[in-house]
Formats: sequence, C-alpha cells, structure tokens
Amino acid sequence: MAELKLADYKTTVHNDWCPGCGDFGILNAIQMALSEMQIPRHKAVIFSGIGCSGKTPHFINVYGIHTLHGRVLPFAQGAKIANPDLEIIAVGGDGDGLGIGAGHFVGAGRKNVDIPYLIFNNEVYGLTKGQASPTLRLGEKTKSLVTPNTNNSVNPIALALVSGFTFIARSYSYDVKHLKDTIKRAITHKGLAFVDVLQPCPTYDDIHTREWFQGKNKPGSENLIPRIYKIEESGYDGIIHDESEVNKKMSKILEFSSEWGDRIPIGIFYQNELVPSFHERIAQNINDYFERPPSHQEISDAEKKPTARIDKILDKLQIND
Amino acid sequence: MSFSDNANSISWLIGGPQGSGVDSAANIFAKTCAKEGFHIFGKREFYSNIKGEHSYFTIRISEKPVNSHLEDVNMLVSFDAETVFRHADKVSPNGVIIYDSSLAETVLDEVPTIDFEANKRIGKLLQDSGLSQKLNGMLDLARSRGCTVYGLPYYEMIEAVGRNLDDPKLSKLSRVVNVMAISASLSLLGIKKDMLISAIKDVFGSKPKLLSSNIEAAEYAYSYINTKFDAKNIKCKITPNAVLKDYVLISGSQAAAIGKILGGCRLQTYYPITPASDESEFLESNQIINQVDGKRGSIIVVQTEDEIAAITMAIGAALTGVRTATATSGPGFSLMAEALGWAGMNEVPLVVTMYQRAGPSTGLPTRHEQGDLLFTINAGHGDFPKIVLASGDIEEAFYDSIKVFNFAELYQLPVIHLLDKAISSSIQTSKRFSNELKIERGRFKRDIDKDPSPGTAGHFRRFKLEDSPISTRVPLGTENAIFWNTGDEHTEEGHISEDPENRNKMMDKRMKKLELALEKIAEDDKAACYNFDSNTKNVVISWGSTKGAILEALERLTEEGSKLGFIQVRLLHPFPTGTIKKFLNNARLIIDVEMNYSSQLGSLVQQYTGREIDFKIVKYNGRPMSTTEIYIALKAILSGNNERRIVLDGGT
Repeated sequence: MAELKLADYKTTVHNDWCPGCGDFGILNAIQMALSEMQIPRHKAVIFSGIGCSGKTPHFINVYGIHTLHGRVLPFAQGAKIANPDLEIIAVGGDGDGLGIGAGHFVGAGRKNVDIPYLIFNNEVYGLTKGQASPTLRLGEKTKSLVTPNTNNSVNPIALALVSGFTFIARSYSYDVKHLKDTIKRAITHKGLAFVDVLQPCPTYDDIHTREWFQGKNKPGSENLIPRIYKIEESGYDGIIHDESEVNKKMSKILEFSSEWGDRIPIGIFYQNELVPSFHERIAQNINDYFERPPSHQEISDAEKKPTARIDKILDKLQIND
Repeated sequence: MSFSDNANSISWLIGGPQGSGVDSAANIFAKTCAKEGFHIFGKREFYSNIKGEHSYFTIRISEKPVNSHLEDVNMLVSFDAETVFRHADKVSPNGVIIYDSSLAETVLDEVPTIDFEANKRIGKLLQDSGLSQKLNGMLDLARSRGCTVYGLPYYEMIEAVGRNLDDPKLSKLSRVVNVMAISASLSLLGIKKDMLISAIKDVFGSKPKLLSSNIEAAEYAYSYINTKFDAKNIKCKITPNAVLKDYVLISGSQAAAIGKILGGCRLQTYYPITPASDESEFLESNQIINQVDGKRGSIIVVQTEDEIAAITMAIGAALTGVRTATATSGPGFSLMAEALGWAGMNEVPLVVTMYQRAGPSTGLPTRHEQGDLLFTINAGHGDFPKIVLASGDIEEAFYDSIKVFNFAELYQLPVIHLLDKAISSSIQTSKRFSNELKIERGRFKRDIDKDPSPGTAGHFRRFKLEDSPISTRVPLGTENAIFWNTGDEHTEEGHISEDPENRNKMMDKRMKKLELALEKIAEDDKAACYNFDSNTKNVVISWGSTKGAILEALERLTEEGSKLGFIQVRLLHPFPTGTIKKFLNNARLIIDVEMNYSSQLGSLVQQYTGREIDFKIVKYNGRPMSTTEIYIALKAILSGNNERRIVLDGGT
C-alpha cells in the first residue's frame, strides 16, 4: 500500500476556528500522529463532542462522528466495543468532558475501553462566547465574565486517576511535537488514555494566554522562562511495571496535578497496562470476542433467514420435555 | 355485577412479603398446572421494595388460552396475615382461602406493612360488617359469602418436615413455606402431585439441597390436605386438559429478549430500571448464541453509568453496522430524548425497547400504566423521523422485537418498541415461537466501490440526495466510504452546513421516510382488528397490553348478544391515518380504552381522523385493566350509561 502522507489526513473543509486558536496545534498533532503511525484512513474514526473542538473531525480525512454535548465518550466506547478493530480517538472540550459529560468521564474510567481521549482545555466555553468552564479557577475573571468565577475548578488529572483511566498525560497545544508524541503513546496504550491538552483561547481567555505560558508576568524573573516543564526530563517514568508501584506513583501524580502557576508539568504521568481493558473483560465471558466481535457477526444468511438458533433457550422454558 | 370465569378455569392468587418466595412459588404453581395441560396467564404485583412489603402473583388457569386477569379470585393462597387482610374480600362466593391457622387472632393494626390508607379501608370494611378487626374477622366475612377456608399450622408442618429430613435448622427450613402453600392448593384443586414434583425439579434441579427440602415439604403438605380435609366438595376444581405440546411458559421480557437474539441484536446497553432490566439480564444470561451454520455468535450486554450513556453507546455501536438496542422505562427514556434526535438526524438504525410504568416522575415505579404514548411519539426536539410500534401481548412482543430491527434498518431511523409492565412481567403459556420473518437490512452494504461522483468536499455521500430518501449505509471502517456524522444540519457527506437550500432538501429527505414507512409497512402491523367486519357499528379502540382483557370482555359480550369490534392500533407513529379511517368509516360508536389519564390514543385518533371519541374508559391507579372491569364498563355504555368517561379502579 502506498505510503500515506500528512496531507492525506487533511480535508478541504473550511476551518472556521479563530486565528491563533490553540485547536490548530492539536489538529496538526492528531494528523501527524495518524500519518506517522500510517493508520489506514478508513480504519480510523474521530469522535467529538460539541463546541469549537467538536468540529475537529470535519478537518481530518478519516471517519468523523461529531456527537452531542458531553456524550463523546459513550458514543466512542460503543463503537469500539462493537468493533475493536477500529482505531478510535475521542476529542472534546473541557466543558464538554468535565462539565456536562463528567459522569461519563468517571464511567469511562471504570470501563477502561481501549481508546485515547483528548480534552482541549482552554478554561472557557468558547463557542457560546466565553463563559467559565469547569477548569477555570475560583476567582479568576476572563474577558467575558461579568464577575470573577464563583465556581472552583476540577482537577482533570486527579479526576482521571481516581476514575480509573490507565493512561494519563498532559501536553500543550503549541508544543506540537510533544503533543504528537503523547497522542501516539495514547493511541498505542492498551486501555483508556486521557490527554489533558493545555490550550490558550486567544479570543476569550485573556489570563492564560500563549504569552503567559511562555513566562510573561512570572515573578522574580527578568527573562521569559516558560512555565511548562517536561516531567520526563527530570527522569520521571509514569509506567507501572508492578502493581506495588501504584500507590507511590499515585501520590506523585496528585502532586504533579496540583502544580500550577509558575511551574506546570507536562508529560506522561501514568500508564498502567496491568489493568485489563474492557475488551479483555468481555473476552472472559465471550472467549472469541476478539475474533468475532458484534460488528463481524453475520446475523442472516443468503435467504435473509436469521442465523441465530433459539431452540435451546426455548427448551429451558418448555413445559413438557 | 361480576364476571365469573368459565367452567374449567380458575383464578388463583398467592401473596406474601417481598423476598419470601412468592414469585418462585407462583412460577412452580404455574408450571405444575401447565404440565397438567392448562393454559396460564400470570400477573405480578409488587412494591418498590426489596424485603418485607406485600407482593402478590395472580394466576389464571384455563382449558382455553388466556391473556388477561379477572377481579375475582377463586383461590387465595397465603402464609402471612397481610395477604388475607388485603385480598380475602376479592375471593368469589364459592372460593377457597388457605391461611396460616396460627395467625387467626392477628389484629389488623399489628401488621406494620399494611399502609395507613389500606388499613383504614380494611378496618372500615370489617367494622361495617360488624366483625372483629382480626384476621378471623376477614375469614368470617369470606365464610359469610360462601367461601371455604383452610387453616394450615405451617409451623408444626415445617417441624414435621424437619424431622423427616433429619434437619433441625428450622429457621432455614421455614423458607419452604411458600412451596407448602402451593402444594396444599394443588392438592385441593386435585392436580396430580407428580406434576408438582416435576415442576419443582425444573426450578431447583441444580441445587440438590434445596430440591430435597422443597420436595419433602411439597409431599408433606400435599398429603396433609388429603388426610385432614375432605376436598371432594370444594367448588373450585378443575379437570386436566390435553397435554400442551410444544408450549413454553414465558414472560414478556423473555419473549422480547429471545426476539432480539433471533432478530440479530448483538449489542444491548442498559441502565438498571424497573421493569426494563429483566430483559437485559435475560439477554446477558444467554449471551452465547448458537447459530444454524454451526458458528458461535454472541450478544454483548453493557450496563452503563446512566441512560444517556446507554443510548449514545448504543448509537456508537450501531454505526459499526451492528443491530443494537437499549431498553428502558419512562424516566430513562426522558433522558434519552436528545440522543434520539441525533440518531434521527444521522439516520442511524437503533431500537429502543421502552417498558412503560406508571409516571409521572418516579410515579408508581413497580406498577402499570400506558402513560407515555404521546411522550414517546414526540420525544426529542425538532422534527425528525422515528417509528413507534406497540405490542399487545407476549407473543407479539417476540415477533415485534424482530420487526423493529427491520424497520430501523429499512428506514434508517430510531424505532421505539413500546411495551409496558403488564406485558414484561406477566407470564403466559405460549406455543413455541416459530419464525418465518426475514432479516431485512435495507440499503446496508459492507463493500463499496469508490464513489465516482463524490460530494463537494470529495467524499462518499452517506446522505446522498436521490429519488429515495434512503441512502446507502456502510459501517464505520469500510474502505472507499469515509463519511461524517454530525448533529448539525449537514451536507450529503455529513459536513456541517447552514445553507437554507441544503437544509430544506435534508429535512425533506429525512421526513419523507415516514411516508415511505406508511406505504410499505404491512396493514397488520399498522392496526389489527378483531370481532370486526365492515358492518360493525360499535367499536372499541385501544393499543398495547389492554388487548387480552378487551378481547375476552368482547367475547363474553358477543355470547350475550352484544357485538363490539376491536381495533388494536399497533403502529403509533407515523400514525396510520388511512387504515384507522377505513376501520372507523362505518362506526357509529367509538369507545377508547387506555391505561392512562388523558386517553392519549383517543386524542391521536381525533387529531388524525377527525372522528370524536364517544366514550373513554381509562385507568391510572397503577393496576392493569382486568377483563371484569372492562366488561362491566362496556356493558354500562351499551345499556345507555351516558357517562362519557369511565375511570376504572380495580386492583389491590
């Protein structure tokens, strides 16, 4: 098969994101990851929620399912459970995944279906003109807010950890290479992978801007020192090799997750493939699940007659033998 | 006025605290009678509670097929006081009551699970009759009507069984009291003990210890009746029927589940809710599927975090080409409304099996109602196509479970299969299902050539605008057919479009499917008529689970010289206006029968056909309609009662 180029993963659909939007970096990183991994276009499906990020699938030339606000995870899980051969990527905004969809975020963690999930985290509801999202901190006042935020923020990394995600990472939309590599790791991970993508909203988030991430207004420094640092560079390894490591690593991850402001960690905090995926759990009961998942089963023959036999079930309910 | 049962049939009731084995006892009893050749119809009633509150099971046994219950009970079987207090006044004059003789002095106020309202009602009944507020008072009242009462010293009987089994753990053994009660009743009815033992083996066969204690208890109670009482003169007695060959004893939820398996459903999602969960649990316990080609199939049942996840996960799975369903009840269906619209917008075949219970809100969560018809057909914002089909009984539930998948795929839209608790939780003897139905997948393809004339963005046109509103559908993962879906209005390729011209074309495409469905769906699936010809002047119209009770009431009225036709509307959306108009063309009198407050079908009939409903018979107390009360209400209407709306209130 001919090699697929980066351009093959792009559509010609007009992109209407604001100039300078962090979404562009994420879009590029997804396309680069797919291209570097040479994932056949028809085998990949991007599922998205609602909002600016929800439009992402339309710009990627693979199957694209733009779902409902907050519901991207159950849609994506349904498809992956029915056909584990598909390479499914779920994307959505922070309001989508951690506000209206927070119940599904937790529910998905318990299942550990084998999909990567990227949250485009910009602290605002962009498409509805800049209201506070669940990741905006208490008392912060972004451009569109009438009064400072009266809600406290949710900690996505910690929430993912306690919900049971088996891969937890963070990246930054303007570090496309780091993001692309993180997405590739999330795709290859066996189980549910969460990538928290920090992403400035140039239109509505006037606090955590690109310049802010670059180090502007950082106290005690004359030169710009980026606030973001890479945890791998400090020798941290998030991979769990043995269940006994989990507790120790958990406290370290919680520590990372509460770092914010002058130092913001990115990288792979946690990867635990010792936890069985949902698919492996299904295969415990249906042992040919991977060979014959629901999508591969023939339910009727050439004459359209059902292939299923119900006689044994009826036998159990039969009155006389 | 009452409705006495036919000669060779009886109406039997067992009650007891929830968790005491009322259900399993009733099932053993039903199976025993079925083995003896009787047709069975059984109805479950229980509180939203796990242990202790009153539950009961009514079973009709008849030489003819039965599909409804009656108000009167011929034999009341109990092992607690509450059952007698609550039901003894429903026992017919020649009926029988079996009770625990040690409880005869129990005072009404001492039964804590009898709620205040019921306590007041029963207390007043006893007071008005000049009787004591004790269980004995209730029994005296029954005796005064001509009932025979049989007191059983259950405790002593259990002690004796313990001695026979050489098992001193009586507290554990006391669990067999339910089987003793039914055994006593079968002995009185003259049903052969062998059948009972065989039914007990069917139920406890895999648990040897339970099997032996239950058999011993059954044997003991059976002969206890024979030695202590002379049952020869009891008036409710039945004689065995010919053997029911190739019959099953099955509940509505089991029938629907088996229909799904045969119909090719290979993934079902659900969130626990009464009365829908039974179906999902039955599917899961039959998840490995035998196939005619010798291969093995399977159905995955996924329990989700809520009903929104249940429906959206089902849609995601359906996009991979799998026949997928979710099952729920009113509160869960309310949560599914938004996603239903997404499935309509993206032309996804999806089945929602909707088991109604009494609303609104939590309502009467374990009780009956048909209150969700208008909500179901209107669920979701905006105009989008969906099909709503309602089954009238357990057998229909099976065949319709296959048909709804065909509709979903033929027309590429969500289909709601409307059932209710009266179908799902009831049991019935039914001829083994045979299937001549085919699997119709419509324009579904797994392989496709590259589109020679792709859409404006160069992609496959999943929503191609052509002569038919149905476009070629492929599963996710198909080569040459990459497409997009979005809840936004979209182009033929599935990309967002707010263009006004495209909008009209796409709305027209989707909504035209309803016209196509009305044109193609068989007349029998739109509405069934019974006792009906073109000269029928008086017509009963209804839908869903009231079918059995209506048919039997009409049969009785016909015998009495009053013929009424019955139209059972099955396709509720799109509404089969032409079919219904044709049926109502010569009708002089239209009587709408429904288990809801507002006569929801009646309003649809008026809206679509312009025909006024002359009489409305409704019920909304959470208990299903009995043949008795429908018969009485129809009789009143025929004899000139001019109440336009009759509210039925039967049931305990």
